[in-house]
Amino acid sequence: MQIGIGLPSTLPGAQGQLILEWASRADEGPFSSLGVLDRLVYDSYDPLITLATVAGITQRVKLATTIIIGPLHNNSLLAKTAASLDALSCGRLVLGLAVGARKEDYDAAGVDYQDRGKRLSEQLSSLRSIWEDDFFGPKTTRHSGPDLLVGGLSDQSFARMVRYTDGYVHGGGPPRAFTRAAEKAFAAWSDAGRPGRPQLWAQGYFALGNEAVTKAGYRYLRDYYAFTGPFAERIAAGLLTSPQAVAQFIRGYQDAGCDELVLFPTIPDVAQLDRLAEILYAQGRMRRAG
Amino acid sequence: MKIVILGGGPAGLYSGLLIKKANPACDITIFERNAADVTYGWGVVFSDRTLASFQRADNKTYEQITDHFVIWDTIDVYYRNQKMSCGGHVISSISRKSLLNILQNRCFELGINLRFSCEIDDLAEIGDYDLLIAADGLNSIVRKRYESSFKPSLEYGKARYIWLGANKVLDAFTFIFCENEHGLFQVHSYPFNGTTSTFIIECDEASWLKAGLDKADEIQSLNYCQQLLEDNLGGAKLLSNNSKWISFPMLKTRHWHYKNIVLVGDAIHTAHFSIGSGTKLAMEDTIALSSALEKHADLETVLNEYELERKPVVEIFQRAARESQSYFETLKRHMTLDPVPFTFNLLTRSGRITYDDLRLRDQSFGDVVDRWYANKALTLSNTENSSVAQALFAPPPLFTSLTLRRVHLPNRIALSPRPICAAQNGLPAEAYTNQMRNAACSRAGLVVTEQVAISAQGRITPDCSGIYHADHVEAWKRVIEFIHNHTSAKVAIQLNHAGRRGSTRSRAKGPDRSLQEDNWPLFSASSIPYSPSNQVPVEINRADMGNVRNDFVLATQRANEAGFDVLQLNFAQGYLLASFISPLTNHRQDEYGGDLHHRMRFPLEIFDAIRATWPQDKPIFVTISASDCVRGGTEVDDAVRVAQMLKEHACDIIAVVTGQTTIDSEPAYGRGFLTPFSDRIRNEAGILTMVGGYLTTGDEVNTIIAAGRADLCIMDPPQLNDLYWATPAT
Repeated sequence: MQIGIGLPSTLPGAQGQLILEWASRADEGPFSSLGVLDRLVYDSYDPLITLATVAGITQRVKLATTIIIGPLHNNSLLAKTAASLDALSCGRLVLGLAVGARKEDYDAAGVDYQDRGKRLSEQLSSLRSIWEDDFFGPKTTRHSGPDLLVGGLSDQSFARMVRYTDGYVHGGGPPRAFTRAAEKAFAAWSDAGRPGRPQLWAQGYFALGNEAVTKAGYRYLRDYYAFTGPFAERIAAGLLTSPQAVAQFIRGYQDAGCDELVLFPTIPDVAQLDRLAEILYAQGRMRRAG
Repeated sequence: MKIVILGGGPAGLYSGLLIKKANPACDITIFERNAADVTYGWGVVFSDRTLASFQRADNKTYEQITDHFVIWDTIDVYYRNQKMSCGGHVISSISRKSLLNILQNRCFELGINLRFSCEIDDLAEIGDYDLLIAADGLNSIVRKRYESSFKPSLEYGKARYIWLGANKVLDAFTFIFCENEHGLFQVHSYPFNGTTSTFIIECDEASWLKAGLDKADEIQSLNYCQQLLEDNLGGAKLLSNNSKWISFPMLKTRHWHYKNIVLVGDAIHTAHFSIGSGTKLAMEDTIALSSALEKHADLETVLNEYELERKPVVEIFQRAARESQSYFETLKRHMTLDPVPFTFNLLTRSGRITYDDLRLRDQSFGDVVDRWYANKALTLSNTENSSVAQALFAPPPLFTSLTLRRVHLPNRIALSPRPICAAQNGLPAEAYTNQMRNAACSRAGLVVTEQVAISAQGRITPDCSGIYHADHVEAWKRVIEFIHNHTSAKVAIQLNHAGRRGSTRSRAKGPDRSLQEDNWPLFSASSIPYSPSNQVPVEINRADMGNVRNDFVLATQRANEAGFDVLQLNFAQGYLLASFISPLTNHRQDEYGGDLHHRMRFPLEIFDAIRATWPQDKPIFVTISASDCVRGGTEVDDAVRVAQMLKEHACDIIAVVTGQTTIDSEPAYGRGFLTPFSDRIRNEAGILTMVGGYLTTGDEVNTIIAAGRADLCIMDPPQLNDLYWATPAT
């Protein structure tokens, strides 16, 4: 299993300079990917713009959306943007899409919330055709375009994953929740008679430091997930606040068959990246892991 | 804090006493409709885990409860005049009346205001409160008053049951299954106070009506049951306590609290009595609620935490209870099972207990199960000499052999290497046949190929394997010879014609994507494309149907020439033959369209032609879709009929899959998701089945085989498709 790190692009107050510094340190460090999240109605940077910005100052790390809210985007424009990012970053883009969980983002974008699942399926199908059939350039690094991932917990999500994408992005939670999702993904893959196996991605949140730091981390998660009502408290409770918790979380996901785990910051401070890197080095992960 | 509790049952009393104990300053009033000494019902059961939580919550009542309860660890099953026993299930029971007495006394002792015989019809009657706990049962007036906020859903079970007692001492939880001229009745009974036992008698609606129990009064019902259970009661008398025949109400509630009102117990959820008591869930709710109250000052946080803590647990319990309830509602289909598989199936019905669990609980029961399967395999493989000695020592069920016609499978595991999409012009890739060798060397009893096309036109993609050329036969022959020479595994070929799912790109990036160039023409039962972006097929005409039949027959001859032991024909997942079976894809006006009987006509013609060609001593499997998993498509009842038709045509095994009939099929994927379908098809159609659905452990396979849910399991061990497997030397 590889470990990626999230960019602080959804942390209010994160300046452009911090994001650039974060990205170049991650590129030098033990991380395999940089992740971004998507949210329209929030004080956050656009995920694809963020990845494009950091693509220029990184050489090695994968650039992953885990996830962006697909139906908010026009299919052709998204295909063009993703193909550009893929080509300009030498094939480092991994495009994770899902329907998201907030109606207010759809309302703000003027997009119908009702048929979002169906639209996501059509979008996934159309992205691949646009890339593969060379409808328009740029040419993607690989013939089929960047790897596509899909998220979501419904039965439809897994049917969608196996039909249109290369794998699954889990939304978060303890390793045993991931295990159940992974079983569904494997069951769907095997049922569809697809060769190989699905890529499995997952994510978690961390805040490493003194009590003030972890408190700020909890505060951010409660705020970011306020739309889930009482569930925000549950999500905040999953915050990884010690090297021990991070190590066990990694172990749990590795044992559950995860391919890439992206850990997202909750504090816009590059010291967070350094502390996470220290834990990974101590575990024997290499500088510039590939 | 002023708390009002509605309902003086176990949930109301226990929440009152736990909260008062932790916060003596709390002002708590409990309103109960009945008098203090009136109670309905007989005994309630608790698992040892529930009792441990009682001990932590309030040791005083825990000790009194354990002074009064009856404890046992065996489940007896009376079925076909035989008694089967399985130990290790620690359960205890107490009379509902004793439990209420203990809880009432503790409430008095703590200074809770208990108001009996106090019927509340209007919530305005109860005055002010900081928190209202609604423990007023299934017909909760609080839940009904705020129904739009709580969003409950109530669904009644199909079976009828009556809750009786008996002056009989039982030494085990006892299931009794008895059939009479009216139908099938099952009894769930257990002791609870040293002299009396609970007897719940349950039956389907048809038996209930036939027995005239819809018109029977309390005494007549009692007499009927007395007569029904005469042999089991051994002279003891059944007792009634205002008992009536009812259907089980399954209650789920979306939201558990609203403003400063919270629901607990039966007011919010019910779970079928066959896996435990509602009292257990109710008392566990109140433990969670009172501990949340202790932790937080803010009421909203308390109620959120209570709901987040309990709801997932209750939902898991309700899912298991639903499985158990539907098991008893559809019990008839299992009445063909012999006592050993019947009992094993019963004990593993909710999906929470497996073969390994039962072995751990009662090793001798595990041995009985193992021996039964081993002896059955011995008898079946020695038809000439059926008086062979019985096996004293036996392997687990997955390692028992299975003989189909003259083909002997050494065990119940089938492996099918995942496609690698590397065939050229139908010639199977060596990398793929090497995977088949690996599968055979890893002790599979049966190795199953990927879908193999019967003609170039019948391929799904240009890189699919085929068996329509002499070269193909040679390639298959090589791998089969290796497997036969080096292992005891047998080899099955899956014959398929892709129909409207043909002419697509390699599946490496997903199925059903039309080729960019060199498409070949497609046909299907009707002229409906698989998806809007797929090629529109031609409705297949008689001449082409004849050609397809010839191609299947030729492929069958070639498969025999190559040395395959088993032929598996694909009637599923939207391919050509499946397109005839589903009403979604077959709109034909001729005699090959219409009702299921007509839609099955062409697939059965193919089957018959193949059966006539394939050697009589080799079996034929047919893959069918147990459900199209899409609205308007076939469902499992149709699949049972399809299986019955195939059985009449001498099909040996049904391989069970679902979905993929159309692009909208959405099966509920997960570990073992196909097993319930296989159980229904196997036991309703009375035919052997093979099932997959992401099974990765021997325990899963043993559980499925021992419970009679399938006869062969396709496993998906994670290592199967890994590239690091060494290629065995030839």
